[in-house]
Parts: sequence; C-alpha cells; structure tokens
Amino acid sequence: MKAKAIVFVIFVAFIIYAAVKIHPFGDVKKSNMDDYIIMHSQNETAANNVVTSVVFDYRGYDTLGEATVLFTAIAGSLITLRREKNE
Amino acid sequence: MIWNIPFITVALLLAIGLYAVMFKRNLIKIAIGITIIESGVNLFLITLGYRKGGVAPIYTNLPPGTALPEGMVLPVPQALTLTSIVIGVAVLALTLSFIMKIYEHNGSLDSHSRRLKG
Amino acid sequence: MNDGRMSIIVRTIATMIFPFVVIFSFYVIMHGHLTPGGGFQGGAIAASAVVMMIAAYGHKMMEGRISEDGLSMAESIGAAIFAVVAFIGVIMAASFMYNFLVGTPLFGEIPPFGGNAGILNSGGILPILNIAVGLKVIAGLAAVVMIMAMAGDKK
Repeated sequence: MKAKAIVFVIFVAFIIYAAVKIHPFGDVKKSNMDDYIIMHSQNETAANNVVTSVVFDYRGYDTLGEATVLFTAIAGSLITLRREKNE
Repeated sequence: MIWNIPFITVALLLAIGLYAVMFKRNLIKIAIGITIIESGVNLFLITLGYRKGGVAPIYTNLPPGTALPEGMVLPVPQALTLTSIVIGVAVLALTLSFIMKIYEHNGSLDSHSRRLKG
Repeated sequence: MNDGRMSIIVRTIATMIFPFVVIFSFYVIMHGHLTPGGGFQGGAIAASAVVMMIAAYGHKMMEGRISEDGLSMAESIGAAIFAVVAFIGVIMAASFMYNFLVGTPLFGEIPPFGGNAGILNSGGILPILNIAVGLKVIAGLAAVVMIMAMAGDKK
C-alpha cells in the first residue's frame, strides 16, 4: 500500500475516535461569557437579536476583518478574469 | 437515541472531503472536496453550542416560560459560523477563477499533466 | 436559441418575480436586529435575484444594463460607510465601534427585558452597519457572477 493510503486511514480513525469520545450532544459546561451576553445584550446594545449584537457589537472587529477578506477575494477574482479592450 | 450522531456526521464529512482532495486528479473535484471540508467545519462549530431543550437566542416573540440564561442556546458559536461561511464563499470564488485561467492556458484540467508554471 | 437566452416562459416569470425577491431581501436586511437575518443573509438573497436575471436573459443582454464600474463603486461605498461609522466611536473618546446611538431618538430605543413584539426603532448602530454590509455583499457577488459569465467568450 502506498504511504498516502496509510496516512489517510490513520487520520480517519483518529477523527472518528474523537467524535465518539467527545462530550455528549447537548450537555455543554457552564459558560459565563454566554450567560452575561444573554442577560445584558438588551440593555447595552438595544437589539432583540442576540446573535446580531454579538456579530456587530461585541465582536465587531472580526466582522471588519471578514468584510476585508470578502473585498480582497472579490478584487482578486476581478483582476484575474479581466478582458483586454482592443481599440 | 441522539447519542453523538452530529459529531459522527462531522467526522464522515471531513473524511469524504479529505479523500476527494488527496486521491482525485481533476481540479474541479479537488475544489469540491475543499467545499465539503468547509461544510463539515461549519456544522462542527454549530453543534458545539447546543443546550438540550433550548430555544433560539432571539427575544422577539419568545415562547413564554423560558428560563433566561439556561433556556437559550449559546449565541457565540453561531456568530463565528456566520463569519466562516462568508470566508468559504470568498475562497471558492477565487479558486474557481484560478482554475478557469489554468484551463485557458493549458488546455486540460488534469493536475498531473504538466507542471503549472508560466 | 442564440447566445444563452432561455424560452419565453422562463423570461416572463423571471421578470415578474424579480421585484418581490428584491423587496424580500430588503426586509431581511432592515429587520436584522429583530428576527434572524442581517446584512450577509439579505445580500445573498438579492445577489441570487440578479443571478436569476443573468441566467434567464443571457450575459450578452445584461452586459448593457449592469455596468461593472457602478458595481465596484457601490462595493467601495459600502466598505467606506462601515469604516467611517466605526471610527466615530474613537472620536467620541470611547472604544472602537462604540454604540453611540443608544438613547438618542435616531435608532436608540431600549426594548423591555424579556420577550416582546420587537421595535423597529431600536438597535443603535446595528441597522446602519447592516445596510453597509448588505450593499457590499450585493455588489460583490453580482460582479463576480457577471465576470465569470463573460469570461467564456472567445476573443
């Protein structure tokens, strides 16, 4: 057998073992950050949607980085497929 | 019998995507494999934050009688998954435009045919 | 069937459905702080409406209607509004991206604690950021699909 197949089988066995032994589905440990965000997001950000207030207010810097990644990828794709205008 | 079926699904998605990236020669199949790995990782991020019997973390028209910090699902992993989905779309757009230029230059979509240079 | 146009039934239905899909995407963007949704989701819905028009009419007919320079400028304006609104928080001697509209009559009504019916006037700077990101995603995805459809022409 080639080395590629052996590495692939070892990696898949490792991933399936990790999926079986992880914590039971639905049984999360107590998270103080999420409890604080759920209780205080209506007072501090005045929005009903807790997920939107996390994306744009508590973690707004990550959204700025994601907008930059989207802009860079679209700019790169527009540059690669440019049509030359022959006049 | 919920047991751990979402996590086993994540492991199967990762295995299928990794098989497509490692063992296939067509460039489009490799790009599809990258997208399948991306879907597996997004599913893993969402199922990490599930509380049993919880509702969505939105206060509009909340079902009455929900205990407030313990009756809602964790909101932070859902925010991280949103970012990851958008980045996956951006990577797929750039990969496909590069594959189009390679096909126009080489004439074939085989990754073993010629060295990709020039 | 010349240059990629579909039959008359597909073209008529696409023209009839297009305004409804655009209005639904604006509803999802504007109600991002009350219901599930927001800037990225609404932008993807509007971009899929534009892709439906490109698929129904062929890229030769849409080349005269959609200008790439306009789309590129719209994407840059969306990113610039996001950065300017985030920098106003620094000028007010607080942190970066500070929610300075909570309490003011523009968008800043604090909803009562617990489940309620949802007030459109609430949210602080969240609706402004939603509109900026939605504009950016619409322009970006429509430009990418338009360029990929036009790249198949032999020169």
